[in-house]
Amino acid sequence: MILPTYMPTSDKPWTWQCEKQFASDTRIGRRILEDVLKEMERQHWNQHDIFCVHLAVYEALINAIVHGNRGDLGKQVHFVCGISPQRVRVEITDEGPGFAPDSLPDPTDDEHLCRPGGRGVLLMRAFMSRVTFNPYGNHVTMERDRA
Amino acid sequence: MSAYRRLDVNEVGDVTVVRFRDHKIVEDINIQELGQEMFQLVEKDRRGKLLLNFSSVEFLSSAALGKLITLDKKVKAHGGLLKLSNIRTEIYEVFSITKLNRLFDIKEDEADALAAFR
Repeated sequence: MILPTYMPTSDKPWTWQCEKQFASDTRIGRRILEDVLKEMERQHWNQHDIFCVHLAVYEALINAIVHGNRGDLGKQVHFVCGISPQRVRVEITDEGPGFAPDSLPDPTDDEHLCRPGGRGVLLMRAFMSRVTFNPYGNHVTMERDRA
Repeated sequence: MSAYRRLDVNEVGDVTVVRFRDHKIVEDINIQELGQEMFQLVEKDRRGKLLLNFSSVEFLSSAALGKLITLDKKVKAHGGLLKLSNIRTEIYEVFSITKLNRLFDIKEDEADALAAFR
């Protein structure tokens, strides 16, 4: 499959950027996420903002690694992040079959409340300022503005 | 030696009080094992009154919520009672956004929860 073209981040006012491509291993994803959270601390983001980015990006990484790439170490995850004092932006792409995020049942409906799964996208949308998926559903862009 | 690797389990009267050893409850830190240990409390050990004390939990993922929902179902199927307590503000926000604060009986602290079992 063809991965989407990334928006260049070099023209953004980021004070820290990273771009990684890695095999579908949650431990690698978590290490990259820890670097992002450390940089947010270094740029004096508050703990609530850091918690929100932590949760949303973690859920997006799990979506990509576990649900998208099915944990197949032969498939890659592409991770792009930019941080400034006012904004955090993360883009994650997997090589899976994609999904239609708007067709997911609302996990907060009474009839779905007792289902064990299906809350990751809800939490991503709640904890970030903006979340958009590409039409294929294998690429997510998330931003959080400083509270 | 404790029979549990992920949990600290204590008895307070007829209530089983459970604390989590992991500060972050996420997929790649043996969440399956955590689930099995919680389910064992209900299905094998037949603990009828369970209190999950979240004081040590700094972070949990949606997969952890899934384990709690499954635990709740198992407790109800066995005619037991499940309560949660000591959930810090950020974690409570996760329960609130997902509306799971309606599904679970969440108390401010352990004393409140223990009193509610009476």
